Amino acid sequence: MAAVELRGITVSFAGPGGGHTAIRDVDLAVAPGEFLCVVGPTGCGKSTLLNVVAGLVTPSAGEVRIAGAPLSGLNGAAGYLFQADALMPWANARDNVAAGLVFRGAARDDARRRADEWLTRVGLDGCGDRYPHQLSGGMKKRVALAQTLVCDPKILLMDEPFSALDVQTRSLMENELLSLWSADRKSVIFITHDLEEAIALGDRVVVMSAGPGSRPLGSHTIDLPRPRDVTEARLTPRFVELQRELWHSLRAEVLKSQRAPGAD
Amino acid sequence: MYRATIKRRLLPWQLGLLAVVLLLWYVLTETGVLSPFFFGRPLAVATQLVDWFGSASIFAHLGVTLLETLLAFVAGTLLGVGIGLWLGLSPFAAALLDPYIKAVNAMPRVVLAPIFAMWFGLGIWSKVLLGVTLVFFIVFFNVYQGVKDVNPVIVDNARMLGASRRQLLRFVYWPSALSWVFSSLHTAVGMAFVGAVVGEYLGSAKGVGYLILQAEGSFDINAVLAGIVVLTVCALLLDHAVSRVERRLLRWRPGQRESGSY
Repeated sequence: MAAVELRGITVSFAGPGGGHTAIRDVDLAVAPGEFLCVVGPTGCGKSTLLNVVAGLVTPSAGEVRIAGAPLSGLNGAAGYLFQADALMPWANARDNVAAGLVFRGAARDDARRRADEWLTRVGLDGCGDRYPHQLSGGMKKRVALAQTLVCDPKILLMDEPFSALDVQTRSLMENELLSLWSADRKSVIFITHDLEEAIALGDRVVVMSAGPGSRPLGSHTIDLPRPRDVTEARLTPRFVELQRELWHSLRAEVLKSQRAPGAD
Repeated sequence: MYRATIKRRLLPWQLGLLAVVLLLWYVLTETGVLSPFFFGRPLAVATQLVDWFGSASIFAHLGVTLLETLLAFVAGTLLGVGIGLWLGLSPFAAALLDPYIKAVNAMPRVVLAPIFAMWFGLGIWSKVLLGVTLVFFIVFFNVYQGVKDVNPVIVDNARMLGASRRQLLRFVYWPSALSWVFSSLHTAVGMAFVGAVVGEYLGSAKGVGYLILQAEGSFDINAVLAGIVVLTVCALLLDHAVSRVERRLLRWRPGQRESGSY
């Protein structure tokens, strides 16, 4: 049974001039433990797709099934790593990480202890007392990652989480994400506009068509061996081959989205 | 740290400026360029202050004014925070009440003073109520804005982490609104004093406002100025107390935000 299954999902937003349809007729399934990357041109409704799985957006049509059961309301099985900075600026790193546990009824002391463990696991040992504005962009992403993973979600939703980081920090974070993921193999939906990142991380890459009314065009299995090092994987001939293959299917869509100025 | 150094370096200059203004006032009134009858004399004002505090006669009046101010400040703030949070979180109630809130806010509320005096007599409660109406709107609008201004990504993130509605209020909306509350409190301190003193002008038997009114009645400009000095110093002290609490509660902020003006 698929961990996440989307059947005929359409999302339309009301707006001036009749509104617009962000995604149309999307069918998508994520197997348990699968690392799925979704790539597409800017404005193709990738984030909308993720919000549907998270339960933050209710689809206009179609059905979302989580481990076989239809989703209504927020998806309690999912952890969401947002593209924008989502840490609470008034809480220090430890309390930010502990937040999810406290919300779910854990005792404060217990939650803080486990938060400290997770801060160590993401390489932020001893930074628990710092406030978000005292952390660098990469460190904030680590805190956000710990904040999501401490709740042990079965499904991990990631919306271009590393897009704001510099190249080096980004590779580091990607490798850490892979090693954290390989420890307990959650199902992951990882959104990105960066084809290389998608190939380096994923088991499978889905290419979305240009918006509006975007949908998945094709699914490509990434057969690079695991465990992977994202920097080294990029240098293998198979990686280059895959990249060429996917770029062909993406390029037409990028050109299409440039011709349609209405798209986001 | 950098800011503190600049502040310390500026202090002698700021004191110097005060000295220059006082000296100018002294010279101009002593030489008769400015009439001492209308502009007072700095030394006479000082003498008046020494007299008030020396004989302890000011304390009964100051106590009443401070009590009115503090009651108005606390009650207005609590009301403003409570109703601000409520309307910020329930769009329907906010939309329903919107025109009335705008109307009451646009109304010069000092004109309510005579009504309050009729309702509550000449005691402290008519002044407290006037202060409350002044303080309430400042705090209310800031909290309302603060709640609506919460970063939606932070709200979504907290919801995905499992926060219930009550937990959202406590862990997200409230701390986010708090920095707005404090920037409004600086303005609110001044308004609480305005409520107390204006209320006292309009009818009272005690208070610094009453004292100033009495002095005005006997054309004693020096006592009027002395009363203003006392009120200003008290307002500054209260504002300083607010700043201290603010610094403690808002440690997470990158830098101190500019506070509102009076």
